[in-house]
Amino acid sequence: MKVLFLAHTEEGGSLGKAALEALGAAKGLGGELTIGLYGAEVQAGADSIAGCGATKFYGVAGADFASARYGSDASACEAIAKAAGADVIVMPATARASRVAAGVAMRLGAAVDTRLTGLEAVGGTIVGTRWFYRQRMVGRVERDARPWLVTVDSGCFDACTAPGTASVEMLSATVATRTVVTGIKSPAADAQTIRPEAKLLLVAGAGWGKSQPDGQKHLDEASQLILGLLSATQCSLGSSKSLVDQSGDGGALPFLTHMHQVGQTGSTPRHAKGLATCCHGEEPHVVGWRFIGERRAVNLDAGCGWAQGKADVLYVADAFAVVNKVVELLK
Amino acid sequence: MKGLQIVVLGSIVPDPLQTLEPITGPTGPALKNEMMLPAVLDPWAGHALYEAANLAKKVEGKVTLVALGPKAKLQQVMMNVAQKVPFEIVVLDGPASGFTDAAETAKALAGAVEKIPGLDKGKLLIFGGWQSASRGTGAVLQMVGELLGITDQFQGVDEIKVSDDGSFTVLERIEGGSYQQSSCQGAPAVLGWATGNLPEPPNNPQVGMANMRLIMPALQKAAPAPLKGEGLRYQSVEVPSQRRETRIVKNASVDDIAREIADWIKA
Repeated sequence: MKVLFLAHTEEGGSLGKAALEALGAAKGLGGELTIGLYGAEVQAGADSIAGCGATKFYGVAGADFASARYGSDASACEAIAKAAGADVIVMPATARASRVAAGVAMRLGAAVDTRLTGLEAVGGTIVGTRWFYRQRMVGRVERDARPWLVTVDSGCFDACTAPGTASVEMLSATVATRTVVTGIKSPAADAQTIRPEAKLLLVAGAGWGKSQPDGQKHLDEASQLILGLLSATQCSLGSSKSLVDQSGDGGALPFLTHMHQVGQTGSTPRHAKGLATCCHGEEPHVVGWRFIGERRAVNLDAGCGWAQGKADVLYVADAFAVVNKVVELLK
Repeated sequence: MKGLQIVVLGSIVPDPLQTLEPITGPTGPALKNEMMLPAVLDPWAGHALYEAANLAKKVEGKVTLVALGPKAKLQQVMMNVAQKVPFEIVVLDGPASGFTDAAETAKALAGAVEKIPGLDKGKLLIFGGWQSASRGTGAVLQMVGELLGITDQFQGVDEIKVSDDGSFTVLERIEGGSYQQSSCQGAPAVLGWATGNLPEPPNNPQVGMANMRLIMPALQKAAPAPLKGEGLRYQSVEVPSQRRETRIVKNASVDDIAREIADWIKA
């Protein structure tokens, strides 16, 4: 079996964490491993994994491939995949790779499955694990078709690094696109509230935007407390749909956008720890912290479906008071 | 640019508040009582549809929803969706299950798009959700684009701004709460929408009545689209049994709780 690990490089030609984990997944299949890298530069990335056991390194590099753009990335991936002639192609499920993976599969006549959380060879059969219906059920799939292109989620496989010096065969790819990437819009460092690499996810629920015991909403105080905890811990912020919707209507916390939304209609981030505050709801809402390791929750309802059976610890207390004190202790 | 043809690809999913349980059916995994579950338009497809209607209003364009799903369920859902924004519909009568193959779905949808009367690819924008609440692969739109020969594609889109000359700029979500900003010379293009920026439009019965005049005949002449799932096998599908033993801390002081949480965060 021929396995191709196919990934884009980051700035400076290095490989990101998600790519190194995808390489770990590819290696885990056994078989003859080929590496394919694309980006502005690829040599540094190839060198960082030179000793991974791959028999061949392919690269597509140049200014045309510096940015994440469908037309150029798909051409690069297609050229590498055709040169490698692999049975299984493993890519990381980054935003950049996810943008082109299925399109590349279509060009190759390959089967495709995305966002796998498990990938293994069992007795000559390759089995992928993925989630359905917004992380509400999990399935194990196998395919007859080859090539089979898969993308694997970050946080599910051990990263592989094996530095050395790699000999990369450079390929050319024809770029067909009318698109120009003009820039990246990022929040200022001190305003950054979504941090995929953070150890802790803070989930802010609708309770922050509701009337408090004095009959008033305390939105300014809620904002200060949440931002204070974010600042003190450098954690990532997630939110329930209801609070995001309130915020969009100007009714809640001004810094929340739909990008913060976790759960049934949002994201399901992976972090080692998660602290849910003022969150309520049953299973459909709770999928937002499906992939959080240690989970704790603070809310006023001991029987809340968000926490019962889903959190390791539920503190029945006023989140305003608790978070205020936690911020003090962490300063 | 005037006269854009915006084709929205989207289907139905079980109402998110329903309890979902997998079963093994004759053709593979399915949802228990799937045809009985209340359905809604997939949330991401909904965002795409509302953004499409908003854009169509600005550019005097036309919106066509191409939906693959069981037509009886589609009809129920369309009774509500039709009241939101003006659109025409092309219906493929087939499964909307999350367990169907994305490539098969894409081929069926691309074939339906090709058959839209008066289709002008020079004015074509394909919209859809960048994810779905069923299969959630984020794969179908890309493959439809490839099948239609469209190589300008964008995923995780929250904003499009179209200029008078037909060129447009797009904001795509990338990691870390950031956006990638791109400009494209114009249609054709594929845009997989994240949430966009528009709220769900209020129901407008007049729009609903006008839409249903076209939707009902379209449902009646829905083309069958059986998806066979050949070569795709499920070893298992299950609801994860991840019940945790929750320690409930009641009647503790705020100071004690805060200290325990702070220690846990620092550990």
